[in-house]
Amino acid sequence: MTDMRYEAPETLDAAIALLDDASGGGKVMAGGTDVLVQLHAEIIEPEVLVDIKNIPDLKAMSQTEAGWLVGAAVSGMTIVDNADFATAWPGVCEGVALIGSVQVKGRASIGGNLCNASPAADSVPAIIAAGAVAKIIGPGGVRKEPVENIVTGPGQTSLGDGEFIVSFSFPTRAPHSGDCYLRLTPRTEMDIAIVGAGVSLTLDDNGTCNAARISIGAVAPRPLLVEEAANALIGTKVDGTALENMVAAVRAACDPISDKRGTREYRIKTAGVIARRAASKALERARAN
Amino acid sequence: MATILEDSKFDPQRDLKTVGSNPVKHDGLDKVTGRAKFGADFFLPGMLFGRTLRSPHAHAIIKSIDISEAEALPGVKAVVTRDDFPDIDPGSVAGDMTRTAMAREKALFDGHPVAAVAATSEAIAKRALKLIKVDYEVLPHVIDPVDAMKPDAPILHDHIRTKGLDEPSDAPTNVTERMVSKMGDVERGFAEADVIVEREFDSKPMHQGYIEPQGCVAEYSEDGQVELWCSTQAPFVYRDRLSAILKVDAAKINVQQSELGGGFGGKTGFYPEPIAILLSKKASRPVKMVLHRTEVFRGTGPVSGTNYKIKMGCTKDGRITAAQGELIFQTGIFTGSMYFNAPNAMFTRYDLENVYIESFEVISNRPKVNSFRAPCVPQIVFGVEGVIDELARKIEMDPIDMRLKNAATEGYTTIYGETLGPIGFVETLEAAKATDHYQSPVKDGEGRGIATGFWFNRGGETSTSMNIAPDGSVTIITGTADVAGSRISIAMMAAEELGIDVDKVRITMADTNSLGFNRVTAGSRTTYSVGMTVVDNARDCISQFVKRAAEIWDVPEDAVIYENGECRPASANVGEFEPLSIADIAKQTTMSHGAVTASTSMNVTGAGPGFGLHIVDVKVDEETGRTDVTRYTVIEDAGKAIHPLQVEGQYQGGAVQGIGWALNEEYVYGEDGRLQNAGFLDYRMPVTSDVPMIDTVIVEVPNPRHPFGLRGVGEVPVVPTMAAIGNAIGDAIGVRPQSLPMSPPKLLDLIENRDG
Repeated sequence: MTDMRYEAPETLDAAIALLDDASGGGKVMAGGTDVLVQLHAEIIEPEVLVDIKNIPDLKAMSQTEAGWLVGAAVSGMTIVDNADFATAWPGVCEGVALIGSVQVKGRASIGGNLCNASPAADSVPAIIAAGAVAKIIGPGGVRKEPVENIVTGPGQTSLGDGEFIVSFSFPTRAPHSGDCYLRLTPRTEMDIAIVGAGVSLTLDDNGTCNAARISIGAVAPRPLLVEEAANALIGTKVDGTALENMVAAVRAACDPISDKRGTREYRIKTAGVIARRAASKALERARAN
Repeated sequence: MATILEDSKFDPQRDLKTVGSNPVKHDGLDKVTGRAKFGADFFLPGMLFGRTLRSPHAHAIIKSIDISEAEALPGVKAVVTRDDFPDIDPGSVAGDMTRTAMAREKALFDGHPVAAVAATSEAIAKRALKLIKVDYEVLPHVIDPVDAMKPDAPILHDHIRTKGLDEPSDAPTNVTERMVSKMGDVERGFAEADVIVEREFDSKPMHQGYIEPQGCVAEYSEDGQVELWCSTQAPFVYRDRLSAILKVDAAKINVQQSELGGGFGGKTGFYPEPIAILLSKKASRPVKMVLHRTEVFRGTGPVSGTNYKIKMGCTKDGRITAAQGELIFQTGIFTGSMYFNAPNAMFTRYDLENVYIESFEVISNRPKVNSFRAPCVPQIVFGVEGVIDELARKIEMDPIDMRLKNAATEGYTTIYGETLGPIGFVETLEAAKATDHYQSPVKDGEGRGIATGFWFNRGGETSTSMNIAPDGSVTIITGTADVAGSRISIAMMAAEELGIDVDKVRITMADTNSLGFNRVTAGSRTTYSVGMTVVDNARDCISQFVKRAAEIWDVPEDAVIYENGECRPASANVGEFEPLSIADIAKQTTMSHGAVTASTSMNVTGAGPGFGLHIVDVKVDEETGRTDVTRYTVIEDAGKAIHPLQVEGQYQGGAVQGIGWALNEEYVYGEDGRLQNAGFLDYRMPVTSDVPMIDTVIVEVPNPRHPFGLRGVGEVPVVPTMAAIGNAIGDAIGVRPQSLPMSPPKLLDLIENRDG
């Protein structure tokens, strides 16, 4: 272990400068629930650890005319305890609620969950399905990117050197909308998804689906947004046939590995099951809204 | 002394004041407040920190180890390798032990220690490990025991010849032992059967799941004395084995056990301790070593995995006529799995006449297996009780009635030659039938299973001392490790015998210099055996109280009786004397006579076997193969529950550990022979929300060989668990799983193929 510097800047500019100075040797940390474990296990050995959770923009959470703005370092417990947010995005809260324990969620953030870039991250399919957009800042300024474009592979993101996420914006919900995130784990808690599925959909006044986004996790090198699966629902009443078409599209999109957490065949089979259950729950919520 | 072994003075009518109640554990508050000192909690001035370099290969010749750069790193005070260990022949017990501690000729499993460093900080020690250069010649490896038995398998030790073959062979092999156990004539028994079921099963090695990793501090002084503080179930056994591999007199090694943060059999053999001692010797400083979790998984032994066949037959009215088993046990890289427990226990509880069991123990490139509650038995009972369940279904008999029909009773001579005394199997089965759980209908969409289990229970070498303080309070010194709260039960038995409040009794866990030899805490021996010796101590002290009271009163000894914690005249004829309490006697006589003390050492015998039955309801998600355990009841004979809450905790803990073993726990090795899931994230022990309330029923059929009638209760609670869950899953999905763990992918396969 080399000597590592810890910095906790209080402004975006200071954080950008620190990361820029480190020229690739910096590691961004928010809650630290992944980063500290990786440090301890010597998986990462950064020169500078830049703790961004003291920057006000990163900890802000508010409802705006455009929807919800959630700072990238807002803790999981803050998110799931926000009743208004939970009403708008119950599926996102379901994803966040499955990250670790209550104690872990007291620190862990969706920014960290996304940037850790695990294919199995629980909040990620939910925020992809929700259509969240990340505000990214770095030496080149500010840019916005749909969250499905952030993770590129296990442990890999599309963020450039010195870039980090400031916040996520979630769109305003149309009437008759609902979302849901479900995952499959052998245990009830404290486990990593074998498959996860986030579904968000909107119905028109006749109960026909006019918008849907479906994202699946742990079945490919990165969480996937499966447009074919969403298309199988759009224009339908989300009946049995539509759901089976959606399941087929989900399974076709899966390209998982076999590992200690599950076999390829098992993941493909159950991805469809979990996606169907998540869609049914999202539908039930949409009908109730 | 030790007449207690011949005559325990067990009296079913005895009026008990303390035994059977639930006082707060004497070590309880320290444990919930964090004050208790575990293996990692010892600190000495000048202490160094040790870390181990481990083999990344499952099987490799160690051609050379270059430690020069590591030794030169500032802050490094010692580096040890195989060269620092005495050379002991491979194939001997000590030879295997020293090679478990540190690789010699070859690295034999992923995670095998090859060198260790002591430095002024853990960070420096870790950095130094990276500077050690090991030249390996990688050899073909074998992980699976069935593969290891094949003719083309790599031979892992040149010296092994299979013991117990009908015709001895001189061919090198990975099969260490074969054992045949038999009674009656199975061929005749199967000929008498109306129904025969034969099935093939397998199970995976199971981690004991202790939360506290192995940890120790060792200090080797210039005059060759060794002080060792460590987390262990077996301080005296550690001492003697360390003596054997380090070639140091046992008397020069003093082992002080810490509080134990879980062992379950996993801390019956040492891992970092000899390394820490040799690092301390080389550095002339105390050395602390605490394993990291990945090291616990890669470098320490789980309990055996198995592959086996069970065949049983019965008549139409449910009488089992024959039982047969062919068992293969994975022992890791060295012999010593205790596989023989399986043939001795797997059918024991049924009064069978015709049994034939052939067992094999096989080595492979994994750490040598270690003990776990009822070692080697639960994973075989998984199959045995599955086959009995299937027989009961075929003849349409209630599964508990089927067991009752074949239940062993007093006078039955077991396959291992013991004739059973009074046992509580029938009472346990009847109590199970009467439970609300068994009487309630199975919920829609769920399945129910039952299974039974047996464990011998053990006694063994036990030494304790009792000292009466001048104020009449009592200290007990015991050397058999308290792994689960035995201290309070032992204090309660002493208090009961002395007729005093349990709060007046305190127990000290001795270091090995302070007492005679005590066997390992294992096999459900501790509360039973230490209970015997402390009751013996108490009786010895009472006879001294009587003697001293007689002297104070100037009356004959037989004119004094001891009752309810005091001496009093045996009758009015003796004279008018105020009773003398223990405190009175101690106050009045300690100065003149010295303290009242007692010490005893005995090889305790007469442990009464234990029997249990588990009832389980499960719900299986037919689309994912995932199982939820929805209701669970443990019914077990405790002989006499000294501290009923502790007994209940044992029953619940066994069931919870068995639930993990049943549903998800397994070591996953890659093609490269390396462990893939060296941590609790991916080695899936159950979490709290995975288990329902485990209801318990304590049956009490006393063991007359013990003054309070107790039987050990530590092993039986895990024995039937996987079998009961397997039977419940079979009931739910219509096909009984034969492979552990019954994980979601395996169950989904069974569900999808059940109609095919």
